[in-house]
Formats: sequence, C-alpha cells, structure tokens
Amino acid sequence: MASRNKEVLFGLYDDENVMMNAVKKAKSDHLEIMDVYSPFPVHGLDPILGLEESRIHQAGFVFGSMGTLTAFLFMTWVFTRDWPVIFGGKPYWSVPAFIPITFELTVLFAGIGMVVTFYTVCGLGPGVEPKTLDDRITDDKFCIAFDTYGQSEDEIENLRGFLTRSGASEVNTKVL
Amino acid sequence: MGHAVVSPIREPLITGNKTYHQITEDLCRPTETAPGLSWIIAFVISLMFMTFGVFCIAWTIWFGIGSWNLNRTIGWGWDITNFVWWIGIGHAGTLISAILLLFRQKWRTGVNRAAEAMTIFAVMCAALFPGIHVGRAWVVFFFFPYPNTRGPLWVNFNSPLLWDLFAISTYFTISLLFWYTGLVPDFATVRDRAKGIRRKIYSFLSFGWTGSAKHWQRWESLSLVLAGIATPLVLSVHTIVSFDFATSVIPGWHTTIFPPYFVAGAIFSGFAMVLTLMLITRKVLHLEDYITIEHIESMNKVILATGSIVGVAYLTELFVAWYSSYTYEQFAFFNRAVGPYYWSYWGMMACNVITPQLFWSRKMRRSIFWTFLLSIVVNIGMWFERFVIIGTTLARDYLPSSWSYYVPTWVEIGIFLGTIGIFFVLYLLFTRVAPVVAIAEIKHILKSGGNQYVGPHATHVLHEPQHGGQVDHSFMRGDHDANLTAAPLVPVVSDPPNFERTRVEVVEKSNDYDNDGNYIGLKNDLTKVEGIGPKVQEHLNNAGIYTWNQLANTEVNKIKNVLEAQGGVYASMVPGTWPEQAKMAHEGRWDELMKWQDELDGGK
Repeated sequence: MASRNKEVLFGLYDDENVMMNAVKKAKSDHLEIMDVYSPFPVHGLDPILGLEESRIHQAGFVFGSMGTLTAFLFMTWVFTRDWPVIFGGKPYWSVPAFIPITFELTVLFAGIGMVVTFYTVCGLGPGVEPKTLDDRITDDKFCIAFDTYGQSEDEIENLRGFLTRSGASEVNTKVL
Repeated sequence: MGHAVVSPIREPLITGNKTYHQITEDLCRPTETAPGLSWIIAFVISLMFMTFGVFCIAWTIWFGIGSWNLNRTIGWGWDITNFVWWIGIGHAGTLISAILLLFRQKWRTGVNRAAEAMTIFAVMCAALFPGIHVGRAWVVFFFFPYPNTRGPLWVNFNSPLLWDLFAISTYFTISLLFWYTGLVPDFATVRDRAKGIRRKIYSFLSFGWTGSAKHWQRWESLSLVLAGIATPLVLSVHTIVSFDFATSVIPGWHTTIFPPYFVAGAIFSGFAMVLTLMLITRKVLHLEDYITIEHIESMNKVILATGSIVGVAYLTELFVAWYSSYTYEQFAFFNRAVGPYYWSYWGMMACNVITPQLFWSRKMRRSIFWTFLLSIVVNIGMWFERFVIIGTTLARDYLPSSWSYYVPTWVEIGIFLGTIGIFFVLYLLFTRVAPVVAIAEIKHILKSGGNQYVGPHATHVLHEPQHGGQVDHSFMRGDHDANLTAAPLVPVVSDPPNFERTRVEVVEKSNDYDNDGNYIGLKNDLTKVEGIGPKVQEHLNNAGIYTWNQLANTEVNKIKNVLEAQGGVYASMVPGTWPEQAKMAHEGRWDELMKWQDELDGGK
C-alpha cells in the first residue's frame, strides 16, 4: 500500500483504440504511466504497457497439486493404515476408486486457491474502498493516469498537453 | 478479440446500434427500477410454493421417511428423481460459461451470467434431497470425513454416493466462485451509478474493483483457468451421479452407457431450462437486443445435438439388452415399455426423442413460441427419464416376490414443488439485485458483434485501404462516391440466398487498428473542410479523428482542446463549423458544402 497520497492526473477517452494509440505514444515518449483503466479488458493493451503475463495459472497448478496429494494420501492412509475395511471384495488400496474424489479435490483446491490469490494480489476484497478516478470508467470511458506527485509545473503541463493532443475528451486531477 | 476479422455472413450478436453507455443503461436498469407487476406475481407464487415446500420438509424430518411412500423394494422414488433432475439442470450454466469460453463462442456473453446463476440455484435445490432423504437429517454432517470420537470413523471413499458428495460440493463451490468473479466488475458498474445505501451495498459487493489494466489481465487469466478446470468438473459431476446407478447390479442400471448418456442428458435438460428462463427474462426486462434470435438458435442447436445423443443412448440400451441375450436386462426394458409405468416411458420417449428433432427445421429453431413450448416439454421429458430409470427399474427387479408399486405422497410432491419455488424465488431476486447479462463481456464484444459493425446491415463500414494507410486521394470534385465504391481488397462475397444486403457490400473488419495499434482504417481528406490545413489534419489524426464521420461526431470543445494543446497559431483557430462541414462531406452534399464555404472565411 502506498504510504503517501497519489496526486493523479488522468485523461478520459471515448474509444479504446484512441486510448491504446495514446498509450503507445506515451511509451515511446518515455512517459511513466501510473495505470490504465477501462470498463472491460482491452486486448492488446498488456504488451504495450509492458505488463508481465499473470502467474495466476501457475498458482492454480500448485494449489491443484496440493489437492491431489491431500486427497490421495489421506484416503490411502485411512484405508491402509488407520481402519482398513474390505468393500465388495476389493483390495484395501483400491486406486481406481480413489480417482473421483482425488480429481474433485484437485479442482476444488485449485479453484479456491486461485480465487483467493487473485483477490489478494489485486488488493480487492469485501470492504475494500474503491480507488476510482471517475465513475464513468466502469461505464464507457477509458482512462490513462499519471502520478504527478513531486513533479514540476512544466512536467505536469507537458503531461496535460500530451493527454489532450492524443485525443482525451477530458483531463482531470484527483488525489488518491 | 477485437482485431479478428469477422466473416461477412456472421449475424450480429448485439442489435440496436448500442454504444457502451447504452449497454450500461440497458443492463443496469432492472437493478435500479422497481419491479413490475409480472415480477411481483411470479415472486409471490414462488414464495408460496417455497413455503409449502419448507413445511413438507419439516413434516418429513419430524415424522420420518414413513411420510413418504418409499418401501423396501423401491428405496428411491421422487427424492432421487428430483435430485438428478435438478443437478442436470445445473449443468447448462457451467457449460455455457466454461466450455463455450474455451471454444471462443462469443454468443455465450448474452446468457452466461443468468445461466451460471441458474446453476447455483439448481445445485442448491438438488443438494436438499440427499440431505433430507437419509431420515436422520440432523446428523447429515456424518457424510463429511472429519476427525471424530467414533474411532475415528471415516466415510466410505469407495462408494459413488460419497463421490457424489465431493463432486456436488466442489461443483457448487467452483460455480459460485466463477459466477462471482464475473460479477465483480459488473457490480462495480452498478456501484458507480448508485447513491446512498445502494452505493454502500454495491461497493461492498464489488470488492473495490477499479478497472485497472493489471486487474483485468489477472481477471481474464483467472476466468480462463477456472473455465478450464470447470469443464472436466462438470463432465465428472454427472458422470459420478450416473455411477450411483451404474455401479450397482440392477438390470437397467448396470450399464456402461450411463456416464455419457447422463452427461448429454444433463446438458440437454439444462439448456432447456436456460431457454425457458431466458425467453421470459428477455421479454420482461426488454433485453431482446442482447439475447437475440441468434442466441436462441445456437442454444436450440445444442439441444438438438444433445437430444439426439440421448436418443441414440436409448436405442443403444435397447440394442445391447437384446444382443446380450441376458434375460433380466431384456425384461427390464420390456417392462419399461409395457409394464405398470408404461405411461411414463412413452411420455419420456415422446418428449425427449421426437420433440428435439423438430429443431432440424430452421424455422422452428428461430421461433420463440416453439422454442418456449419445446423447452418445457424437454424439461418434463427429462424428469420422466429419471423417474423411468429409478421407479420402473426398482419396481420390477430380480425377485418377483419383491415387486412393488410406488405413488408419491403429498409430502413428496410438496417438496418437489417447494424446490421449484426456491429456485424461482432465488432467480427472481437475482434479476433485481445483479445484472442479468454480463455487462463487461458484452461491451468487450460490441465492436466484433454489434449490428452496426457486423452483419449484412452493418453501417459502420470499414475499408481495407489498398496502399496501407495513405490518405485517400481518389476524391475529386466530380467523383463524390469514390470512397464508397472503391474496390475492396478482398473480392466481394456473392450473397447467400437467404441474406438481404444493403447496398454497401464490402469486407467488414471489426476494427480500424492493427495489432500494433497503428491506424489502418479509412482516412478521409479532412482538408476539404474550410479551416483545416495539412498540419491541422495531422493533429486531428493523432487525436484519433481520421474520417469526416468522426469529425462530424466530435464536439467542438474537444476539437478546441486538441488545437489549444498544440499552442501557437492553432490555439486561436475557431472550429465551430468544422463538424457541420464534415457532416456534409460525409453525406456527399458537396454542392451545399462548397456554396457554404464560399461564404465562410477560414472556417469561421
């Protein structure tokens, strides 16, 4: 969590393509973008912004494996060590019978683990105050935001000019 | 997905020439307005059913399973029939969300949110039955393997009944998580439009969502992986439910066809229920632009396919029973057709085998009346299928001295009606509290599925310029229609017989920008507007304005902002007439424009 307030200068765009073009130009001008907001995921934006691919699916794999091991080893222990019982003449360690539950628990752990990871790394959750710049971003506006804390008047003017030149329909500031 | 080329014969998935804002308005409106009379009536009736159901459940727990008509021969009756029926219905939601996502079927976005909600409510109704049919419902937690003081006594992990427990619990959890993950951005949309206590509630529900690019990236990754694991999950759940029967030794139950047969049947009945709900929902909430005839037809095609699979499964059962020469198996099917429950068997056959075949006809697939009627028929037919499997088989098994007959008591019927009540109460509440259609996902496909971009009546015509993005010089004073009749890069597709076309016949790209963000769409000569020179045109291009149409639709203030940002001589320009001039140029009213320009000076 940032320990200081962010003084955000942001531009609102009406079209995602205009915004994407603007992001491209910002990157080539070496302007440091704080974040980009949109009402829906804009494809093609991540490589332009230089966002690394999310590792959430790797987390999913790890959680899933934990589920597999938990289920399989637990059932094995119960039916071979703890309280072996003969069911229908089958051997104590009846692996085929263990498969459905092992699969289900793999999926369960993977799903719950990934979802919890997702909310944790995004900093989202019940009761989290939304740090929105403008209410219309979740409606139909696309937003490029710069953090101008500690920057000079000239630099801020430069950013303002950039936003307007690149097609922003509005440029505003907000303290987050 | 916005950069993919969309085939010119694809029908649009969103009609009504919607903008992003209109989508927000249309889809948030049901959560922001008071319910109409039809909602209230439906809610009251469902609530009555639900109350009666709760009363019957309490009666069952108080007086015991003796209040049902189960006996030693027929140990499973309406309880397990209803259980399998509800679980089957729940399968459509996951299929639409998960499997159609993996198959990149964009049409799923119109129905996935409601279908997922339907899954969750259906699974809740289903889970009731194993809970109450055990007799001692107050120790139903014994099902779960937890360390206890009875040994510890563990559960039988080798039993399909327990596999069922894990499968359904997992299915419910994953469906809930998947549904809610999708809802968070939509709740944020509702939050940002709300005031007062509603804002607080939706703020809580939306978890602080802001729409940040990184969050969206993770959200998409999460959705994809959840879809990937939900797909084998949904297939496994109904397979495991089928194992409840297939792993027994009863003739008519002990067959290996059950897993695929049950899964196909579940998808079949699930889609029928989705159609029943969606046809009513789209009418009452005025969502016909988002749940179009294309969506309905696609779902009917799935019903046709899965219904045919179910039909083939029936025939396979009959064939193998005959081919095996196994007396008991042969009798099981003979009994179904002519035994004491013959009426349920023939009802099932008529509803499930004959009626879906009607969807071979395109007219039937696209008819709302027939779709609604058939969806109800399929739901009834699939209930009968489960009853045929359970009731008829148990009534006439190996030992004739055990043969019996089963008729449900009012308590059992009441519980079934109660679950229907619970389902509709929850669904009706859902339609008022949450957006019924996935808002963010619909916006995401607008440019590749909206009727102004895609389809035979598309108006937002996009050319692939011949020379890779140069300004169009083919305009000459006398040749005003050059832009519209310029030869497209790809030969024009000749019209398929069933499609009407407007006079614009070009290959439509769904986007003006290539994958690197370079503009490759149509460019008009903006210098035709009095007041715009080549430099100003360049500045307008950098701001995303390339065509006369775009300039015509841009507010003067925005043009002013762009000019003022350039400073110098540009800041003093007055672009007041530019949009109007551009409109004339776009509409080809050159004589008018030139006459006006003679009066203007510098575009003032």
